[in-house]
Amino acid sequence: MLGPSIAWYLSVAGFLFGTGALGVLLRRNPLIVLLSLEIMLNSSNLALIGFARHFGNGDGQIFALAVMAVAASEVVVGLGLIVALNRKRVTLDVDRLNTLRG
Amino acid sequence: MIVATVGNVLVWAVWIAAAFACLGSGIAVVSFSNPFYSALALIGNLGSLAVLYLLLSAEFVAAAQVLVYAGAVMVMFLFVIAYIGPRMESPWAGGPSWQAVGAVLAAGALLVEIVVVIGLKASGRLAHSHDVGGGFGTPSYVGRLFLTDHLLAFEITSIVLLVAAIGGVILGAHSRRAADEVPSP
Repeated sequence: MLGPSIAWYLSVAGFLFGTGALGVLLRRNPLIVLLSLEIMLNSSNLALIGFARHFGNGDGQIFALAVMAVAASEVVVGLGLIVALNRKRVTLDVDRLNTLRG
Repeated sequence: MIVATVGNVLVWAVWIAAAFACLGSGIAVVSFSNPFYSALALIGNLGSLAVLYLLLSAEFVAAAQVLVYAGAVMVMFLFVIAYIGPRMESPWAGGPSWQAVGAVLAAGALLVEIVVVIGLKASGRLAHSHDVGGGFGTPSYVGRLFLTDHLLAFEITSIVLLVAAIGGVILGAHSRRAADEVPSP
């Protein structure tokens, strides 16, 4: 395999996952929380495809495509929720959306 | 021999450029205060990830990444951001500061955990990759896997997409009815 070994790809995936987790935990705008979630999903995709290449087995690529489809569905529902909140004139701040809190 | 060395250097150069673009745009997504700029940075992140997929000989997944993510999903994101209107928010503002400190600590702990688990479990087995043929990762290869070994996953994925589409329609219709009931000021 030309170029860097699989460990380099995995470290990029790990750092990317940490960045996305930081965004999900830190930001209060639900749009940016969704964007950070996309980063986390994509970093797991990178790890899956890296392992698929490493073991010479295509199943990881299939899993990555399934993750992509699930991410697209998640974006549809999340953006639908954000638009519905915006129509109800609710402030788009995940700290203030606490009416469902038990 | 010389051809292999030049190829190796070339792949390393492309990898370094793509990896740093990937990490930099990821940090940019988290740290921009304007969600519009965050979405644009995420497009760069997805594009550089597609380059990394190409280096891992996953041609079909790279093409699907550019089409599905950078094409469809990000257009939807930008459309919703334009619809809602930009709402600036500093990454560190709002809420008590211990929340920000806790978020940074939790993300760092997660990163350390990933590194330790992968390093302990797979050390020594990550050095030598299997050789793959030229057909690895091509659309025909992925399609054959999808329609033979992973047929159930393929069908379930289509059901998930259908349910998400129905959910999006219901959310939109419901919120429109609710907006109509709000008396105009």
